[in-house]
Amino acid sequence: MSKTVVQTPISDTDIENLSIGDIIYLNGYLVTARDEVHHRFLKQNRELPVDLVGGAIFHAGPIVRKSEGTPSRYEVVSIGPTTSMRMEAYEKEFIRRTGIKLIVGKGGMGSQTAEGCRIYKAIHTVFPGGCAVLAATCVEEVESVEWLDLGMPEAMWVLRVKEFGPLIVSIDTKGNNLFEKNRLAIEARKDVVVEEICRHVNYFG
Amino acid sequence: MDKAQARITFIDTIARFTAYTSKHLPDDVRTKLKELGDQEDSEMAKIIYTAMFDDLTMADALSRPVCQDTGIIQYFVQVGTHFPLIDEIEDCLREAVKKATALAPLRPNAVEVFDEKNTGNNVGVRIPWIEWELMPNRDDVQIYCYLAGGGSSLPGAAKVLMPLEGYEGVVKFVFDQISSYGVNACPPLLVGIGIAGSVEVAAKLSKKALLRPLGSHNSNPRGAELEARIEKGLNELHIGPGGFSGKNSVMGVHIEQAARHPATIAVGLSTGCWAHRRSLIRIDASMRYEIISHRGATI
Ligand code: SF4
Repeated sequence: MSKTVVQTPISDTDIENLSIGDIIYLNGYLVTARDEVHHRFLKQNRELPVDLVGGAIFHAGPIVRKSEGTPSRYEVVSIGPTTSMRMEAYEKEFIRRTGIKLIVGKGGMGSQTAEGCRIYKAIHTVFPGGCAVLAATCVEEVESVEWLDLGMPEAMWVLRVKEFGPLIVSIDTKGNNLFEKNRLAIEARKDVVVEEICRHVNYFG
Repeated sequence: MDKAQARITFIDTIARFTAYTSKHLPDDVRTKLKELGDQEDSEMAKIIYTAMFDDLTMADALSRPVCQDTGIIQYFVQVGTHFPLIDEIEDCLREAVKKATALAPLRPNAVEVFDEKNTGNNVGVRIPWIEWELMPNRDDVQIYCYLAGGGSSLPGAAKVLMPLEGYEGVVKFVFDQISSYGVNACPPLLVGIGIAGSVEVAAKLSKKALLRPLGSHNSNPRGAELEARIEKGLNELHIGPGGFSGKNSVMGVHIEQAARHPATIAVGLSTGCWAHRRSLIRIDASMRYEIISHRGATI
């Protein structure tokens, strides 16, 4: 099976045929944006320093160091996804205002983001959580950094990436939501399991 | 070795030990991940386990932290009352964290409360967090290092139940927390449960439970049985690696208890993620070290 590789800038047609559970890889630019970036942009109404039309953002707070030899440049040491759900309240608006087409994070996102993905044609994908060195080796170069005053984890790191992945589609442009489906399945199994355990825990007298 | 020299050696050892902890999972965790990974047959679950093991191999080869979230650093110190540096341990650990942050490098994670500023070196008010236990009539020290990541700390909770809610209440509490928050904490998880009379004791014990080696059991036969039942039950939720569904959900369930008050059952929950960076070092009075959690490791 050949690898599905998506390249920034991403158009609607590049992602329209992807469905939840599909695996893709990313070429081009990936920009980190987590809690503080969302907050500063949408709550404090500051203009974003990076143009994200057709772009991809990464919910991640990396470990970055100055490159040996060329201290004006940076090198990503370790960069894995952070919990996407923390951005749920802001993400739909973020998609609308920026024109991003791809979000990379971990765990699922909620119904508002799914709606945003459906209306504005975008997808949410998951990079395997904690696999931060694997991800770092897909980063070719740190092109620039913005809003570094937010601290290393919260700044916007503009990364050029090559076959960045595996990225598992968790919300597609139809608004289907893989983790929501999984969550309902887990909830459905829970009561039976709990009931069975509870039959064995009467330790009183 | 004079005291000044001993201090320098001690700080240096703990700094390297802490950096090492961020880059290598302990033996028991690696073995367990391998075992759980081999049981999976869905393509998605296999992809996640492959990514994990690739990551561990690369972290080792490139000497980099396994996960970018190197956490808030916590030390659980069991100190012999005759350990030569007993008066200075806290100060030394703070120094060691600063060194480890630059050395590894670790991600700066300590954010001062109220000031809302990241200190930049992982040292802050009461951080690194240190828990103490005294070992009478001994002259060595044993230190657990635990890197508490944000995602893996998020499912944590504690609650005081009324006795009539019984142990059923404990079970429900654990399942509610794990089923709603577990997916985002990078499963397979290690689940630590504390049961006691008040909330802070239960919470503390739940974290201590995470320090126990995988495969160990609660000291009380009923406790051990409950561990096994909850483990089996959580696995039957099929959360799977990374929350993508799969045969299992957890690496283990550990319960620790303290006698409770007749009128309360307090329960605490802590979780560790697949990248469970927990290590144990023993340092003797002449500052020679042995890393117990990672066999044969030199730092
Ligand atoms: S939960 Fe663990 S593996 Fe996942 S991002 Fe956090 S520290 Fe890393």
